[in-house]
Amino acid sequence: MPGKLKVKIVAGRHLPVMDRASDLTDAFVEVKFGNTTFKTDVYPKSLNPQWNSEWFKFEVDDEELQDEPLQITVLDHDTYSANDAIGKVYIDIDPLLYSEAATVISGWFPIYDTIHGIRGEINVVVKVDLFNDLNRFRQSSCGVKFFCTTSIPKCYRAVIIHGFVEELVVNEDPEYQWIDRIRTPRASNEARQRLISLMSGELQRKIGLKVLEMRGNAVVGYLQCFDLEGESGLVVRAIGTACTLDKLSNTSAFLPACNSPSKEMKEIPFNEDPNPNTYSSGPSTPLKNQTYSFSPSKSYSRQSSSSDTDLSLTPKTAPSPQRPRIFLFPSSPTLSCDSPHLKKSCLLLLGSSIKPLHSSHVSPVVLRKSVSFTEELLLAASGMGSGSAGKEGGPFKTLLRQQTQSALEQREFPFFTLTTFPPGFLVHVGGVVSARSVKLLDRIHNPAFVGIMGNTRSYKLLDWNSFNSDEPETRDAWWAEIRQEIKSHAKALGCHAVVGYSESTSICEEVCILSASGTAAVLNPRFLQDGTMEGCLEQRLSWQPGFFSIGSEKGEVDFFPQSQDSSSLLGIEEASPPGCGFCHIPYDELNMPFPAHLTYCYNCRKQKVPDVLFTTIDLPVEAIVVGKGCLIQARLCRLKKKAQAEANATSISNLLPFMEYEVHTQLMNKLKLRGMNALFGLRIQITVGENMLMGLASATGVYLAALPTPGGIQIAGKTPNDATYDQHISHMQKKINDTIAKNKELYEINPPELPEEIIGSPIPEPRQRSRLLRSQSESSDEVTELDLSHGKKDAFVLEIDDTDAMEDVHSLLTDVPPPSGFYSCNTEIMPGINNWTPEIQMFTAVRVSRLSTINPTNQTLNKNFNDLCENLLKSLYFKLRSMVPCCLCHVNFTVALPEDELVQIAVTAVAITYDKNQALQANKAPTEKSQQRASTDNEEQLQFPLELCSDPLSSQPFSPAKEVLEGASSHTGIPAAQRVLKSHSGSWFRAGTSPEIDRCNSWIELIKLKAQTIRRGSIKTTTSLEKASPLAEGYLRHRSVPSCTNSTVSVVKMTPLSFLPGAKITKYLGIINMFFIRETTSLREEGGVSGFLHAFIAEVFAMVRAHVAALGGNAVVSYIMKQCVFMENPNKNQAQCLINVSGDAVIFVRESELEMLPVQPSTAAPQPTSSAGDVTT
Amino acid sequence: MSSDLDVFVGNTTLIDEEVYRLWLDGHSVAEAVARRLRGGVLEREGTSVAVLQSDTRDHYRTFQMLERLLHAPPRLLQQLLFQIPPERQALLVQRYYAFDEALARELLGKKLSKGTKKELDEVSARTGVGIRSCRRQFDNFKRVFKAVEELRGPLAENIQQLFLLDYAAIVFFANSRFETGKRRLQFLSFADFAACAQSMMGHWSQGALGEPPDPRAPEAAEPDGDLPKSFLQDLKELKVLVADKDLLDQHKSLVCSALRGKISVYNELEANFKALSRALVNVGGKLTHARDVRDFFVDLVEKVIEPCRSDKWSPGDLRLFLTHYTAARHQALWERYMAAITACLLRMYHD
Repeated sequence: MPGKLKVKIVAGRHLPVMDRASDLTDAFVEVKFGNTTFKTDVYPKSLNPQWNSEWFKFEVDDEELQDEPLQITVLDHDTYSANDAIGKVYIDIDPLLYSEAATVISGWFPIYDTIHGIRGEINVVVKVDLFNDLNRFRQSSCGVKFFCTTSIPKCYRAVIIHGFVEELVVNEDPEYQWIDRIRTPRASNEARQRLISLMSGELQRKIGLKVLEMRGNAVVGYLQCFDLEGESGLVVRAIGTACTLDKLSNTSAFLPACNSPSKEMKEIPFNEDPNPNTYSSGPSTPLKNQTYSFSPSKSYSRQSSSSDTDLSLTPKTAPSPQRPRIFLFPSSPTLSCDSPHLKKSCLLLLGSSIKPLHSSHVSPVVLRKSVSFTEELLLAASGMGSGSAGKEGGPFKTLLRQQTQSALEQREFPFFTLTTFPPGFLVHVGGVVSARSVKLLDRIHNPAFVGIMGNTRSYKLLDWNSFNSDEPETRDAWWAEIRQEIKSHAKALGCHAVVGYSESTSICEEVCILSASGTAAVLNPRFLQDGTMEGCLEQRLSWQPGFFSIGSEKGEVDFFPQSQDSSSLLGIEEASPPGCGFCHIPYDELNMPFPAHLTYCYNCRKQKVPDVLFTTIDLPVEAIVVGKGCLIQARLCRLKKKAQAEANATSISNLLPFMEYEVHTQLMNKLKLRGMNALFGLRIQITVGENMLMGLASATGVYLAALPTPGGIQIAGKTPNDATYDQHISHMQKKINDTIAKNKELYEINPPELPEEIIGSPIPEPRQRSRLLRSQSESSDEVTELDLSHGKKDAFVLEIDDTDAMEDVHSLLTDVPPPSGFYSCNTEIMPGINNWTPEIQMFTAVRVSRLSTINPTNQTLNKNFNDLCENLLKSLYFKLRSMVPCCLCHVNFTVALPEDELVQIAVTAVAITYDKNQALQANKAPTEKSQQRASTDNEEQLQFPLELCSDPLSSQPFSPAKEVLEGASSHTGIPAAQRVLKSHSGSWFRAGTSPEIDRCNSWIELIKLKAQTIRRGSIKTTTSLEKASPLAEGYLRHRSVPSCTNSTVSVVKMTPLSFLPGAKITKYLGIINMFFIRETTSLREEGGVSGFLHAFIAEVFAMVRAHVAALGGNAVVSYIMKQCVFMENPNKNQAQCLINVSGDAVIFVRESELEMLPVQPSTAAPQPTSSAGDVTT
Repeated sequence: MSSDLDVFVGNTTLIDEEVYRLWLDGHSVAEAVARRLRGGVLEREGTSVAVLQSDTRDHYRTFQMLERLLHAPPRLLQQLLFQIPPERQALLVQRYYAFDEALARELLGKKLSKGTKKELDEVSARTGVGIRSCRRQFDNFKRVFKAVEELRGPLAENIQQLFLLDYAAIVFFANSRFETGKRRLQFLSFADFAACAQSMMGHWSQGALGEPPDPRAPEAAEPDGDLPKSFLQDLKELKVLVADKDLLDQHKSLVCSALRGKISVYNELEANFKALSRALVNVGGKLTHARDVRDFFVDLVEKVIEPCRSDKWSPGDLRLFLTHYTAARHQALWERYMAAITACLLRMYHD
């Protein structure tokens, strides 16, 4: 069914002089969409032509609308010779295809030429009239929204998070076609730009179709990448998380906004869900769902039986299937996970303190042409999910596992590209899972190529794929293999899902390393299917991150619904306390095949936690953190012999495990050196070059209050009898100890000493309960002496047995902390900083350096690489010194090896200023914090009774009222705990008035009573939270405020983060996904490589800004530069660069522009009309 | 380990005022780095020379890219390539077009030709302004001159509109080619001349009459940089004031009676009145001839300022005298003429 695309060319300005004689230009414009072209009149002799054209109308079907870009070419008319092209503008009209986004694209666009760069600007207006399409078999997916943001976008509410979607399309690279030999570089570049634009459109459409099939309406965390495979072609692939999102009607406005939609929620016809099994009862209570009918699916048992790594999750205790299993995704065949190489792929289990001997286990296997290697970073695998289920196997726990598992099992890949989650979504985090595989790229033969060329429209060329028999299937199979591996690793960690999932490639000549990584996790099943968690989810949305909602309070606030919804009502797992629940191990502590130190959680003392936690996700908002975080990087070079084809692949795959191991060791050492115990946002990039491999891992280190204090680093010499050597060692040891002490001070890591008495603290109930509900082996429960000093005893030993090791230790100490006033992290928000001010500066820095030494060794290369990174960081700090105090957030390094010994590092990050004074103030209120904590602790106890009441309120959107109250309370100085109690009792009573929750009423008194009694006991135990990152209370207020949508459009902000500090995103206008090529044959004249790239990056920014402004937006969030491929040939005075960027165009409103409403507890309380009660805290 | 390529691009273009200054002054990257080092930035920020070099190069590249836009300031406001807050843009333009007064003083009244540009080496040596900076400033003068040459309407406004700044004095001087280089005039600074130019444009130019120029009038076609021909022609009529002895005596008695007892140099005034009056009137009368126009300031200094100075007139005396001298006659043309002359003389009457 068609739509009508309308384009009007208004005017041009600052055009280049095309006629030397007159110093003027006779410009006209060609407007092309699909195969239709319109032209404007020639506007003679002007550099600022006013065309004011009619509306050019294209009648096209929506499939074409999705795939094709609008192509606008500005030309100089020449009577006697061919018209000269001035430049082009490609406009992606996708944002006009869904109703909630932009309605018109109108504005000045830079006219871009791949040889000359930006040459003037053109003013264009674009509109689309789309007719409704009821055709079920349509090929288009108009209306599916795409977001780069890896969390639920701010003005939306997630109704269902469906899960993983992926797709890839393949084509020949025009640059490598025979025709390229005879055409101009400009024509070749334009062919490439256009092709990639088409392929992105097609990819997006196909993913959209998958989403529609899943009954979703949006893709969140959409990540699209190009693989320039050279001779063998061009792959465009994308992954994302399918969701059903609901627009919050008056997002920008009122406090209790999150209450209203819950009603609609219930009306969502659940039978629409194509998956009739398991929780299909819709919004009914989870209790009803506990029909115990959850059985391992067929696919599931097959997998478990076939997987020789013994990952079976013990279906034994579960009853046999009662219903036929219907797969959620009929389109995707269930893959058995027993691809042969997996069997042998070794699990490198790196506990927190294993010695290198593990590396000897590593024996990657060459399989056909592909080599596959996998590794579990971290605390891997109790291995036996089965064991855990079986042994712990109280019926409830098993049930939960099965429930969630079965919910996820039906998915081919239970992966989520999200890195930030609604509270309560993440139950446990197991650790990082990653898989890599080395592949040889084959030349694609396109037998069908010629045939198609003849008789189809050009855009159909993309359908080569379908003719070109095996190509996409090959790439698909490669990725499927890797994903399967990831999935099985997650299982080995006792987890059924992978979050913070991402994929990447590194290509050098014909060798390609495919990498995938994520964080194994146990999720709350209810978020995946039910529409019942909207309260939480939505809360999440309106809450969104960073500047106003970090810290422990968040956890507390969320805690109640979380525990009630997820755990307690399901009646299975012991409710995980906020802020530490996700740290608790998902695997079985009694059955660990590798040495790892488990202790009781330092926060709740009920569950086991590992001593170190690595993840790829952002720090959960509810996490309790001590002090501040910091960017931690591991950097590594490995020389490799130049080789061809298979030999090359083999040598690479042989090196990989060692690199992974070393990267991991470095991370661990650096983490300890900073006195921290967890990494978030871990991203390990392995880059392959002609003669070396490089590894760069970035993560944000933090001290999680729930995990034990890390031990120091102990250096052990090999020849203890040598006196000078000893001296040297002890000198080094001292240096290390000093560094640790200094770092602790710098990052304000002073975890409180835990009083001994906690062991005897009066919290009998939970213990009983845990006995009741968890048939954990008694022995583990009776380990009552919490080994508090354990962390200190357990120093990490570095053995120095050769010069290499010495070097390593030295290099550990060379990391210079950022200058004062600076912090850096690679996550969205900096743990421990919360009072952001609105000033931001996004930047991209690129460096290419020659790591040249005459006889390069791994050590010298390492050092050079290390220096390169450190210098780059230093230079960033210097550049941004005027913004101090500020934090570099989302620091994203990418490494490429364009040539022998040439290393290219590109960094994109955003510097955000914060208010130091406010920070101090916030820190002053630790007592309040602890009191609040205390109150939470009560609730924890209290949710047991609530469980019993089998609260029918499956959905409990809680109002932000409470937070505001808390904010208010800490301002007024009224003891927070009291206020909290007050406010929540207030909301309870309100809740009581609503008929559905009458039954709850009686509990209220009881709860309050208990809360008060228990609090006394638990305060002490929670003083450890003093340093937990406090909330920027002030910011909370803005949420109570209606928005006005006046904004200045002239300035477009860009940020890699999903939010803008001090501002509120009121509308998402669509995804920005742009690909540019720039080439020059006069490199020297353009200021050399630096001048060339500097100008190009500035041009890319300018074009992104112009597109956003034309959509009516004033910012790009979740901006990312996915690719920056730079090639030069100085001898020929030539250079070429390809840049691919993406992000979400948004409209934001400054908080200061929002009128402030008085924050009153009474108004903050939820509306009585809301059907769902307000069960906060 | 060398960095072949090293760039930093911010979404908001970073402008370091110090580096901009250094760039404008025409220092090379190496010189700029050396100067920054001497400024103690290393100690303050605890960074390395390499970082400083990289930073300086980045800024220089940015400025070079910006320079093209700075040549047409309104384009800087419209361009999309660099996102620069308005106040920063204003600063960029102001600094770019700011000139060293010493240099401007040298160039005042000279023809902005290639020949003059070749002499810049000397000028640079004399004024201590870097040669690259001299050339840039010279080019600025020329660019502004060229841009407004063919425009109608008030000169100052035109320049303001095109270059977002006040550049009128220089263009006015370049246009009228007043002699400013004579030894006699050395005591006058650029600021003095600029103020004079402003008064002259303010009182004498077409726009100053407060009515839109009649498009049919011959002067409407003239650029504003030139003084209106009709006005200059009219000034000849004033000569009668000094040529007619009766008028001159009448004028003298009116002024003297008004000033008696009010100024300390009354006797000198009485003695010199005729000479002064002749000088003041003749300066105007000569303005019609291009060759005589050159001598405008020389005449004022030689025939008015120097005699007064030798008689030890105080500035107050001069002011009082000029006020009454003007007020003694009621004629629009006379008042218009004398307003600028008075302003110029008062500005120029110093050591």
